[in-house]
Amino acid sequence: MTGHGKTALKIVLVLAAIGAGMWVGSTVSPPPEVEEVESPERRVPRPELPEDYREPVTEHPPPRSMTLEYLDVGLLLAALVLASLFALKWRSRAGIFVLVVGCLVYFGFVRKGCVCPIGATQHVSEGLAGGFVVPITVLAFFLLPLVFALFVGRVFCSSVCPLGAIQELVLVRPLKVPGWLEEGLGLFAYIYLGLAVLLASTGALYIICQFDPFVSIFRLSGNVQILALGGLVLLVSMFVGRPYCRFLCPLSVLLRGGSKVAVTSTSITPDECVQCRLCEDACPYNAIKAPAEPTHDRRTGKVTLGLLLLALPAVVALGVWLGGLSSESLAGTHHTVRQARAVRAEETLASAGMADEVEAFRQTRRSVRELYDREAELLGQFQRRAALFGGWVGLVIGMKLVLLSLRRTRTDYEAEPGQCVACGRCFRHCPREHLRLARRRGEVDPEEQTQ
Amino acid sequence: MANKNDNGTEKPTRRDLLRAGVRGAALLSLGSGLGLGMGALGRRSSGDGRVWQINPDKCIQCENCASYCVLNPSAVKCVHATGICGYCELCFGYFDAAGVQTTGAEGQLCPTGAIHRQHVSGPDYEYAIDEDDCIGCGRCVEGCNRDGNGAFYLQVRHDRCVNCSQCTIAEACPSGAFVRLPATRPYLLREPEAS
Repeated sequence: MTGHGKTALKIVLVLAAIGAGMWVGSTVSPPPEVEEVESPERRVPRPELPEDYREPVTEHPPPRSMTLEYLDVGLLLAALVLASLFALKWRSRAGIFVLVVGCLVYFGFVRKGCVCPIGATQHVSEGLAGGFVVPITVLAFFLLPLVFALFVGRVFCSSVCPLGAIQELVLVRPLKVPGWLEEGLGLFAYIYLGLAVLLASTGALYIICQFDPFVSIFRLSGNVQILALGGLVLLVSMFVGRPYCRFLCPLSVLLRGGSKVAVTSTSITPDECVQCRLCEDACPYNAIKAPAEPTHDRRTGKVTLGLLLLALPAVVALGVWLGGLSSESLAGTHHTVRQARAVRAEETLASAGMADEVEAFRQTRRSVRELYDREAELLGQFQRRAALFGGWVGLVIGMKLVLLSLRRTRTDYEAEPGQCVACGRCFRHCPREHLRLARRRGEVDPEEQTQ
Repeated sequence: MANKNDNGTEKPTRRDLLRAGVRGAALLSLGSGLGLGMGALGRRSSGDGRVWQINPDKCIQCENCASYCVLNPSAVKCVHATGICGYCELCFGYFDAAGVQTTGAEGQLCPTGAIHRQHVSGPDYEYAIDEDDCIGCGRCVEGCNRDGNGAFYLQVRHDRCVNCSQCTIAEACPSGAFVRLPATRPYLLREPEAS
């Protein structure tokens, strides 16, 4: 089969899979509405006002129009298309750079970083769990980068994401992070994703947004802790390329996965690798992998792999157990659980004075039983989902060990698609690229080359 | 990348087949997972945007709205439902109940003097809020809810709010009064009873 035929087949398969999934998935019920609470009584009778008196009316300005929200989706799509073309077709670092600046200004400073695909992971989690109606625009923000990742790799990361952009631009002197540290720190992103899904799906909080180090910079406001965190991450970003993307970003987990199996992705060379090693140090993000022979022989490899595969269920089970143990404290992030605990502390006279949560509860004039029932329901939910989260952490660690023990042979210098953020820095390091550019300018006669 | 195996006439090895199989399976499952999510969300999504709002009946005026918003001053403001206002001469949303009760700054409850009053007739006074001065602390709301008709209450003002995915005030709200509403009905207003 030809290369083109293969690519076409892959595209058809992905589209068919997406379609089939959509058909199966469209069978769920919609979520609840706003809770009714009694208003304060009207104590003062309305006076007789003079005939000619005109009562003032308070205006209630509408939110930003939906047209503008749809326009944002359009801009995101346009930016993704441009990013794909710059990285894969035109191979232009300059183009990518301009796009980075543009997206940082618009999605970062103008739109103040909300809504972003990273945060939208949480809307989607809460939506899938049934607690939230996801606006189409938010859904589009979540899905577009993923769909692009499945076809052309992490082009969203390269130039569209404002969080990536700000790190990309402040990088002055990249230090090489050793492989073992890279692999180890990379696990945090998976754990963070699990935690974010757990907390958002239970309706507790959107942790990604709460600890977004850059949003306070986009808004030029925020409390001291978050500004300090932002400053610190920016400082680190000057010497370590994109630390947030590589070690923390929860969305990167999904994009990495998509990119690894993508139909195509950004490559260092425009045609073939000549093993010149010139690109070896070109990537500040450790995405370029050198040709390698397996470090161990087949037999020891098989034994290690067997042992690790046997250990995998044990690691997952350990995770499930630890996750279950942590559910009590994780549940404390949910408002209703906090309120129930405060009310219980007050009822058992364990706390002096009335906490705000208790006052708020009394004002609703609901029964304590109702509150405790809701708390028990939430605790059960946290118990189950925290166990799942623990299992996920176990699985991630176990699978990492398994994957590290696989024997891999690599013959060329390659941009590992999972880690490559398609920034285009390596293009000009490749002599084949220079040849391509020269050919395009007409300086080299192609006939002469082939002889 | 994909065409690397195309250059020779050699048969693919078992390893090649395995790798292609794993890749294909992963691609298919990711694709169908994506589709599954899209389909499931199709029923739970809406063309409307979602915006934050305060349920005024759950609010306990803890003053967090004034300090936790990412904006300074806060996008939460006191609004005045004139239709249910009692036009009280001695308004406990306006006067400091514990203080000297003069119309001078020392007698007013509002820390920024954002409430202005004007005589209408007899003992009746009209109250108006200057939103640019209001910081959303809700002290006036507390007074009006306690002794008056609850005509003062806090609302997220959508000409100011930047609609963060996670509202920082909602996170700090002790009463769980923050809700997300469809952008087409973005306020929870107190209306005069239809009688």
